[in-house]
Amino acid sequence: MARVKETNLPGVGVRHEFQTSGGERLGTITHRSGRRDLLIYSQKDPDACARTIRLEEEDVDTLAELLGVESQIEREQSRVRGEVGGMTLDWLPIQPDWKCSGISIADTHMYDETGVAVVAVMRHGEPIPTPDGNFRLRAGDVAIVVGAPNGIERASQLLKRGVCG
Amino acid sequence: MASSPDHSPTEALSHVAALFIELGAVVLGLSALARLALKIGLTPIPFYLIAGVFFGTGGVHPLLRSNEYIGTSSEIGVVLLLFVLGLEYNGAELSEGLKRGFKSGVLDMALNFVPGFVFGLLLGLGVVGAILLGGVTWVTASSIVSKVLGDLDRLGNRETPVVLSILVLEDLAMAVYLPLIAVLLLGLGFVQGAVSIGVALLTVGVVLVLALRFGERLSNAVAHSSSEVVLLTVFGLVLVVAGIAQKLQVSAAIGAFLTGLALEGRIAERARDLLSPLRDLFATTFFFFVGMSINPQSLPGAAGPALGLAVVTTLTKTATGILAARREGIAKRGQLRAGLALVPRGEFSVVIAGLGAGVAPQLAPISAAYVLILAIAGPILTRYADSISDALERFQERREAARLQAIALPEVEE
Repeated sequence: MARVKETNLPGVGVRHEFQTSGGERLGTITHRSGRRDLLIYSQKDPDACARTIRLEEEDVDTLAELLGVESQIEREQSRVRGEVGGMTLDWLPIQPDWKCSGISIADTHMYDETGVAVVAVMRHGEPIPTPDGNFRLRAGDVAIVVGAPNGIERASQLLKRGVCG
Repeated sequence: MASSPDHSPTEALSHVAALFIELGAVVLGLSALARLALKIGLTPIPFYLIAGVFFGTGGVHPLLRSNEYIGTSSEIGVVLLLFVLGLEYNGAELSEGLKRGFKSGVLDMALNFVPGFVFGLLLGLGVVGAILLGGVTWVTASSIVSKVLGDLDRLGNRETPVVLSILVLEDLAMAVYLPLIAVLLLGLGFVQGAVSIGVALLTVGVVLVLALRFGERLSNAVAHSSSEVVLLTVFGLVLVVAGIAQKLQVSAAIGAFLTGLALEGRIAERARDLLSPLRDLFATTFFFFVGMSINPQSLPGAAGPALGLAVVTTLTKTATGILAARREGIAKRGQLRAGLALVPRGEFSVVIAGLGAGVAPQLAPISAAYVLILAIAGPILTRYADSISDALERFQERREAARLQAIALPEVEE
C-alpha cells in the first residue's frame, strides 16, 4: 500500500493524501460535518488541486462499495463459496466496529457457541491457513468459516456483537 | 400586563409597537443588504457597518427607540461570535498549531501589527488607540478565509494548512491581546496596570489549562438529548463565563472564546448548529451597532488613511503568507495563494475597533473603511492569485528575454 500522509486542517477536518502507482496524487478531506471531499491534485502545480469532488455520506458509501474490500472478497467468494455435504463454507469480512476485532479466535467462543470453525484467514490478500485459537482477528481480515448454514449466521452475529443472534 | 410606573398601559403598548416596527425594519433592511452582498459574492459584514452609519447619532435617521436594545444585543453578538470561533478548535489542534506555526505567528504579528500601530501614532490616536489599530490590521478574518477557500475548492491545496495554522495562532493570540487591551482601556498607572495585566494573563492561562484539561468532563455535563436543554445550558454558560471574565477584566469575548475551546467532540458540533443562528442574529446587530457609533462626517476624512493602511497591510500580509508557505516547502504559486488568502480582515478587526470607541473616536471610522476595503478586495485577490502568478511569470520571462538580448547584442557588435 502507498504511504498515506495525514494533515490536520484546524477548524475544517483531516486531509489524507497519497501517490497512485501511476504517479498521480489523490487525497480526501474528512470534514467535521461528515462530508468528504475527493481531491485530485494538479500535475502542473504540486500544491494545487485540479479537482475537488464533494461527496455526501451516501456518495461515500457508494464509492467505498465500488472500490472497497468488497470487490476482492466477492471475487474470491464467487470462486470458493459453496456447500459441501450440508456444510457451508463462508467468508466473513471483519469490520472495524465488530466486537471481535483484536480478540483471539478462542476468546470469541465461536466453536463452542455455534459449532462453526475458522479454517483460514485472509489478511492483506494473503491466506493464513488453519489459524490456532490464539490467532487474533483484526479489522480488514476475512475469516473463512465452515459450519451449518444457521450456525454461520449465528457466528457472524457473535463476531459482530459479541453475542449470538 | 407589564407597565412601568411612569407610563400608562396604552403608552407602554404603543412603545412596544413602535420598537417592534423600528427593529423589524432594521433587520429586514439588513437582510436585503445581505442578499445583495451574497449575490455579488461578498461577505455582508462591511455592508452592515455602512448601514449602521446612516442610523446612528448624526446619521440620516437616528434610531431612538431600539438604540438601547441593539446595544445590548450587540454585546451578546461579540460574545457569541467568539464562542462559536472557539468551538472550531480543540485543544490538540491548538497545541499542535502552536508548536508548528509559532515562528510564522510571530512573523505575522511583527509584519501586520506594526504598520497599524505606526499609522495610529502618526494619526494621533494615542498609544492605546495605536495598539488597537495595530490589532485591527493584524488579525485576518478567519471566517471569510475559510469560506473563500472552501468556495474556491482550495481546502485540499497543500498551502492551505499553512494559512489555517496562521489563523489558529492569531485567534489564540487574541486570548492574550484582548485582556491586555481591556486593562489598557482602564487607563491605570504603570504599576497598577502591570499588576492588572499580570492578573488578567494569569487568569487566561489558568482558564485555558482548565478548559483543555476538563473539556471532556464539561462536554459530558452539557450533553443532553433535548436540543432545548443543550441550547439553554450552553447559552447560559457562555454568558455567565463571559460576565465573570469581564468582571475580572479579561474581556467577555475571551471568556466566551475559552468556553468554546473547552467544549469538544459531538457536543461542540451540536452547540455550533444550535447557536450559529443566534450568533448570526446578534453579531449582525453588533456590526450594525458599531456602524451606528460612527459619525458620518468623520468617514470622508477616514477614507484616505484607511486606503493607505489597506495597501500597506495587503503587502505585509501577503509577505507573511509567502514566507510561512516557503518555510513549509510550498512552491511559488502556492506561496502567493497563501499570502493573498490571508489579506481579508473582518469581524475581529471590528470587534477590536469597537472596544476603542471611548479612547479614540477616529478609530472606528478608519477601521470601518479599512475593513470595507479589505473584506472586498481580499477575497478578490485570493480568487485571482494564480492569474497574478501567471502575469508575474510572463513579466519575468519578458525581462529575462530582454536581458538576454541586451547581453547578446554587444556580442554581435564585436
